[in-house]
Amino acid sequence: MKKLSSTLPNMILSLTIICLVISFLLGVMYAITAKPIAEAETKAKIDAIKVVVPPFDNNPFEEKLSIALPGIDTPFTVYPAKKGGAPVGYAVESYTTKGFSGRFDMMVGFDMEDNLIDFSILKHEETPGLGAKMQEWFTSPAKGEGVIRDFRNVNIPAHQPLKVTKDGGTVDAITAATITSRAFLDGIECAYSVYRAAKEQSFDKANIIEGEEKGKDASSSSANREPQNEDKNAPSGASAQENSSSASNKASSTATGTSPSTRQ
Amino acid sequence: MNKYLSALTNGIIKENPTFVLLLGMCPTLATTTNALNGLSMGLATTFVLICSNSMISLLKKLIPDSVRIPAFIVVIAGFVTVVQMLIKAYLPELDKSLGIFIPLIVVNCVVLGRAESIASKSSVGISLLDGIGIGLGFSLSLTILGAVREMLGTGSIFGLKIYPDNYASLLFVLAPGAFVVLGFLIAFKNHLSNRKQA
Repeated sequence: MKKLSSTLPNMILSLTIICLVISFLLGVMYAITAKPIAEAETKAKIDAIKVVVPPFDNNPFEEKLSIALPGIDTPFTVYPAKKGGAPVGYAVESYTTKGFSGRFDMMVGFDMEDNLIDFSILKHEETPGLGAKMQEWFTSPAKGEGVIRDFRNVNIPAHQPLKVTKDGGTVDAITAATITSRAFLDGIECAYSVYRAAKEQSFDKANIIEGEEKGKDASSSSANREPQNEDKNAPSGASAQENSSSASNKASSTATGTSPSTRQ
Repeated sequence: MNKYLSALTNGIIKENPTFVLLLGMCPTLATTTNALNGLSMGLATTFVLICSNSMISLLKKLIPDSVRIPAFIVVIAGFVTVVQMLIKAYLPELDKSLGIFIPLIVVNCVVLGRAESIASKSSVGISLLDGIGIGLGFSLSLTILGAVREMLGTGSIFGLKIYPDNYASLLFVLAPGAFVVLGFLIAFKNHLSNRKQA
């Protein structure tokens, strides 16, 4: 059989059939690999969470929360880390759109006392050698007095407002990458607001559960948190008690209470 | 029998895509920062070569001449996507280290070049063996290049430390080093071939 001649109907038919066959093959392969791919991504996320929060024994992925901040459409995902049922920390999937090359994502881990434990830059397109150094830069010791560079185990409220030295703050920006550094701080601030909202939400939930179950760890940790909240921010403490109706109402009203103080 | 054997061994030395044909240079230089990456890239390309050469050879009578390039690209892209899905599912660390170079196998000149010159004109048997041979040659050259760059640039091979990395030169892990090592390897290969002829 000689090769098909290049007439229009032949060309259309040949290409169409080839495309259909390949599409079928791809469809089959997609169905086969969809589950393993999803599992691999979950494992990567859990590994990222492990790096940023204190040791835990629950599955943060299964207990993930969705927190919305006022003014931002898409809610944030928060992964609670627990040991023996009691929360030990939260990993917040935060992002900033103010990067030099646009948006970048980060996983920020906090413990229960408003300390940032560690962070992991998840996805970015910053300039290699400059902004891309964020992970190494913000985990290395500061050079000089009164400036901070290493964000690990830093108490966030003690250093707010988070600003680079150029803007009058105390954070040592990456040399020649001020924009990326500012964006990084924006992501950290955002993560902190989400963390506070998540803590309030769980605190509230714990209060409701407390009445129903006896001898649960939750009661001791909520007792620990209560004085801290009231000390920190009187209006926020008051609003926390007022609106115990729905969870999302809770989160946004608390966030409103804390936002003015954190975002100066 | 002889022509099948020569189709297989052709791609390893005589028509080695990296040192003789000088095809597919972009992934060659970019993914050979260490021996393991080079080897993995070579094997992924080999898989695509085998599948695409075979399929195109099977379909050669059904592809009109004027639309052969789009037809080849669709077939090649299909198999590269299959490879990418398999790597994402079963070898996620490799997906992270090779990144965008897996999908870029589609535009690797080796694959399209062999499709055009061998697969569309030869029997399925010859095309299959050619795919295996060229793929093995590509993998071999990428592994050698990767091993040399890793050895000179970080003091280890396949992750095994050979000498302390204070004595290593980071240049060889970066782009300029890739060109330098490649140049030397091609010169060395030519030297060996010339000696054999003389």
